[in-house]
Amino acid sequence: MSTHDLEDMGCGTSSSTKDRKSEKALKAALVIQNWYRGYSARLKARQRYALTIFQSIEYADEQGQLQLSNFFSFMLENYTHIHEKDPELVARLFGSTLQDCKDRQEYVSCIDVPDSYNGPRLQFPLTFTDIDILVEAFKQQQILHARYVLEVLFETKKVLKHMPNFTHVKTSPSKEITICGDLHGKLDDLFLIFYKNGLPSGGNSYIFNGDFVDRGKHSIEILMILFVSFLVYPNDLHLNRGNHEDFMMNLRYGFTKEILHKYKMHGKKILQILEDVYTWLPIGTIIDNEILVIHGGISESTDLNLLHHIERNKMKSVLMPPIPLDGEDHDTDLKTKVGATIIPREVKTNGSLSEQLTKHEWEQVIDILWSDPRGKRGCYPNTSRGGGCYFGPDITSKVLNKYQLKMLIRSHECKPEGYEICHDGKVVTVFSASNYYEEGSNRGAYIKLCCDMTPRFFQYQVTRTTCSRPLYQRVNAIESSAIRILKERMISRKTDLIRAFQLQDRSKSGKLSMGQWAFSMENILGLNLPWRSLSSHLVTTDKNGNINYMSSFQDIHIQKPVKEAQSTLIETLYRYRSDLQIIFNVIDSDHSGLISMEEFRAMWKLFNSHYSIHIDDFQVDELAERMDLNKDGSIDFNEFLKAFYVVHKLDKLSKSDGNLP
Amino acid sequence: MRVRCSLLRVWGQVVVLEGLLEEEIIVAEYHKKIKDAFEVFDHEANNTVDVREIGTIIRSLGCCPSEGELHDLIAEVEEEEPTGYIRFEKFLPVMTEVLLERRYRPIPEDTLLRAFEVLDPSKRGFLTKEELIKYMTEEGEPFSQEEMEEMLSAAIDPESNSIHYKDYIAMMVVDDS
Repeated sequence: MSTHDLEDMGCGTSSSTKDRKSEKALKAALVIQNWYRGYSARLKARQRYALTIFQSIEYADEQGQLQLSNFFSFMLENYTHIHEKDPELVARLFGSTLQDCKDRQEYVSCIDVPDSYNGPRLQFPLTFTDIDILVEAFKQQQILHARYVLEVLFETKKVLKHMPNFTHVKTSPSKEITICGDLHGKLDDLFLIFYKNGLPSGGNSYIFNGDFVDRGKHSIEILMILFVSFLVYPNDLHLNRGNHEDFMMNLRYGFTKEILHKYKMHGKKILQILEDVYTWLPIGTIIDNEILVIHGGISESTDLNLLHHIERNKMKSVLMPPIPLDGEDHDTDLKTKVGATIIPREVKTNGSLSEQLTKHEWEQVIDILWSDPRGKRGCYPNTSRGGGCYFGPDITSKVLNKYQLKMLIRSHECKPEGYEICHDGKVVTVFSASNYYEEGSNRGAYIKLCCDMTPRFFQYQVTRTTCSRPLYQRVNAIESSAIRILKERMISRKTDLIRAFQLQDRSKSGKLSMGQWAFSMENILGLNLPWRSLSSHLVTTDKNGNINYMSSFQDIHIQKPVKEAQSTLIETLYRYRSDLQIIFNVIDSDHSGLISMEEFRAMWKLFNSHYSIHIDDFQVDELAERMDLNKDGSIDFNEFLKAFYVVHKLDKLSKSDGNLP
Repeated sequence: MRVRCSLLRVWGQVVVLEGLLEEEIIVAEYHKKIKDAFEVFDHEANNTVDVREIGTIIRSLGCCPSEGELHDLIAEVEEEEPTGYIRFEKFLPVMTEVLLERRYRPIPEDTLLRAFEVLDPSKRGFLTKEELIKYMTEEGEPFSQEEMEEMLSAAIDPESNSIHYKDYIAMMVVDDS
């Protein structure tokens, strides 16, 4: 500040001095505003980058998941061997539902609810009081007794069986309908929706558009509230099946684990009934004959008439495609959208395998549950997810026009604002799990619709504290979480990455240009990410702007359970750990967490040959032997898996791999 | 003399050629950088972004245009008949020029500090919440309510209800780098 200004203060200032002062203030304000807007924009961009990381990894995982379906079909080729060892395995995979029909009375009535039980008690037939009871109890973190869970599941299945594949709904000026998207076990979001929008009732209709479970920690609670509400108001609470209403997805994405943890005695039974209940969930809802509400999307061949008539309960799982039976034409080989062709040999069946859809019907359902809209015209295989397709605005117009519909409402994809409109207003995505990836990652939303009025969107975000953290702290949290996951990905492909880097590094200097590094990263990891912007988090650069490509691998290493095991074996096991877990869980049919050494070896060898991994049988055997610490011939598989966690050297809060469901 | 001049001229051309090649590489890298930033906001993967996100994209690339300058930039990249969407084909050349010419350089730390000091003539070392709100929402290119709340949440020390700008700047600068 100049002395000139100081002198002028206090006295009667002339207008020119006043102007000069306010001009200075104006300039100062401009500087601060300009700086702040730049800073704030960079924060938002960082947040967006982090979301992109989460999303691309999530979809890459889903693709891996669907490739498992190839594996199971492949297992059928070796069916006879497996059948000898474990006849139940095939029955398990292509489950017959004969047993449970008669079970209900016998099984449920055997379960006593002790007087000491402090949780919510339901009374059948259910009424709206039971909805209240459940909501209040779950807010208190109580767990619903297994007996009630089973009763609700049996009742729900009984009622769902009478529902058509598509529920037809009408709105009126006095009766709006609310549409919610993915909840994924986030109970707080459901509570928030009910708080803002009221509980379901005769005058307050809801559609829940699939993916109620997996990932979040309260999937069973959400399911119970939704099913009980459905039983009380079957004409006003509508449920659509999502791609996660699938027992195989639950094995990988956490719901199975949640059930077995909360219901140690009856968990298996609950899971068994649940498998069935899922298959009876309707495929979609149609509002006022104008608006189609389904979980994923459509394809150019979507045939609503066909879908209205198929036997939807034969759709067990996305990982169980129909196999041709004896005598069927093997020219119609099952070609999955991932491009692999499966040629099952003639398979002897005991009749249960005829309880399946045709290939065409099955694909129709997969499209509905898995597809995503994109801006590009046409219809393409959904390569991110490995199932369903990408459909363009022309496909939307074509299909909507064909059935005289005006709009498609779907979910399936997380959106930062909780909803998104595309394809010229014809397709709306609604996603109701806020903070899906991380605290602060995204808002949740729901839609209210009525007759011819334009849809209204309501957004929200759950926060743990009443005073939310400032934006920069939230962005830092999301960002470090995303970067951590990305680094784990890199570690699991370390050998391939280093090879790719070295191929480009002719002079063996340990350095690459930004362009070269980004190219290899994208190629090997198969993730379409803004590598240049992310590089500062993943590698060090020298003063010329060149990348020291080995620097990524210096602050993380996979903790080896056995010192002698070779690096590539560990890496491979780490990369496929989720797949291994699912397969082993399927084999471990009594969910005991133990499998025999022979089972372990056999499974690994099968897995080995299918995924063309070059690991010596001998090495795997050695590993298996070492894992069997008490030498009793069986391996505690959970311990085995946990052994492969990635340790961040610099991370003081190192925890075991969050990816293990 | 003549020989040396002609040698110089030839040498000069070589240097210019090398310089041009270097510039091509720089431009190629800028193109990729701009494409990366654009794609992250291109939700439908159809090479367009909502015009309301353009400011964020430009600033995420390290530039700091004022609101007025941003307005002009948008006018340059918009369609003849504004659609609410900006196409990548129009955005790329304009943004490349901006980066090559190093336009809209960010505010250096000491300029920012001096700006706060101007608003704090009695040199208390802080601004009260009311003063900050008044300046940010009434002067210059005023903040929206959302922007104001966002800035306050991180800047204001709840006990004294004021912003100690030196500490604030130090914290923000570290976070932004």
